Amino acid sequence: MSNLITKYFPFFTDAEVPHTVSARPDTGLYSAKLGIWLFLASEVMLFGGLFSAYIFLRIGAEPGYWPSGLLNVPVGTMNTAILIVSSITVVMAWAALKMRQLGKYKLYMLVTIICGLIFLTVKLSYEWPAKFNHFGVFIRKDAASKYEEFLGNKHLQDAGQNPRWEISGHLLDAPKGSSYSHQAEHNAEHFAHETGRHDAVTPAENDYVIQVDAVNANPSDKENDRPHFWPVPMSTKLAVISAADVESASVFAPRHSTYFATYFLITGLHGLHVLGGILVFLYLWLPFPGGTKLYKTNPEHLANRVEIAGLFWHFVDLVWIFVFPIFYLL
Amino acid sequence: MSLKAFHLFFILVSILFSAGMGIWAFKTGASDGLGWGCCVAALLMVGYGVSFVNKSKSIIT
Repeated sequence: MSNLITKYFPFFTDAEVPHTVSARPDTGLYSAKLGIWLFLASEVMLFGGLFSAYIFLRIGAEPGYWPSGLLNVPVGTMNTAILIVSSITVVMAWAALKMRQLGKYKLYMLVTIICGLIFLTVKLSYEWPAKFNHFGVFIRKDAASKYEEFLGNKHLQDAGQNPRWEISGHLLDAPKGSSYSHQAEHNAEHFAHETGRHDAVTPAENDYVIQVDAVNANPSDKENDRPHFWPVPMSTKLAVISAADVESASVFAPRHSTYFATYFLITGLHGLHVLGGILVFLYLWLPFPGGTKLYKTNPEHLANRVEIAGLFWHFVDLVWIFVFPIFYLL
Repeated sequence: MSLKAFHLFFILVSILFSAGMGIWAFKTGASDGLGWGCCVAALLMVGYGVSFVNKSKSIIT
């Protein structure tokens, strides 16, 4: 049995793996570099497919059903800058190893790891949860005229823009039996505490009450026709929407719309790649046999490992540089 | 392609991204401050790219 393992799975044994430091004569590359580029080629196809799907879904979306301006641009910009900085520090870590400066390598690698952790923390503890507490109601087209003061479609038509079918904001009261009742109750308490108003809960059992976003509070204001870098504070205006007039209603989760389904899929997959990169960097930074301990016996081998991880990290950051504008800006 | 070459490509894309975001900020009127900030960031990255090419010549092949 052990002979079979040694024969067919030599990497499970202590066998010497060739060309970890020197280049293979036939490819001109050390083995891991060829491997990472093959892997990155498959990653290009994965993300390329998702971006293509996004483009076709967006092009095919019915007018007024593809939202914009719902994401926090300053936070996204900060995260982009953090990833760009982390790409610089990982190259510095690699250069430090090439110059045999272990102390500097550890420092730059630590900064890279911290940058990755900040990116993930902001995404998971702030950006995503903020979306899960934001509510959107798509109004049925035949009932839209009843909610003109929140939709502003006459103004949009005059301005030559797509119509608006959604009223969004914080849900303060939900129809009886709704799965959002608990969230609405919590938001209503917060709203009453902030404004001193206790009119958020209506006696009607089939109404949604929403503390609307600025865009729905003043839909005819030309200021709302353009994108904003800084998020516009939410209004204190309330919209009461009958459940009979609602086409669909949900928090800003994947089920809300195709936009958020693709947003969470692509940013989630990207986040998993960031996590994977952080774990590899941690392995190379800590005194594991394949990490900094390798520096004592074969520093060039460690430098090559950092180069491979750095190539992956650059790819992940490059993906974000495409993700950020298409979801946050355009 | 080495990490050095990929890093240069990445910096080039980042410069284009910053410039693009600056144009977006000015053109849409989202924020003039952001527009100027993006221009400065793009220029800083051009400077970094040139400095990286010069310094890495002797260190990384």
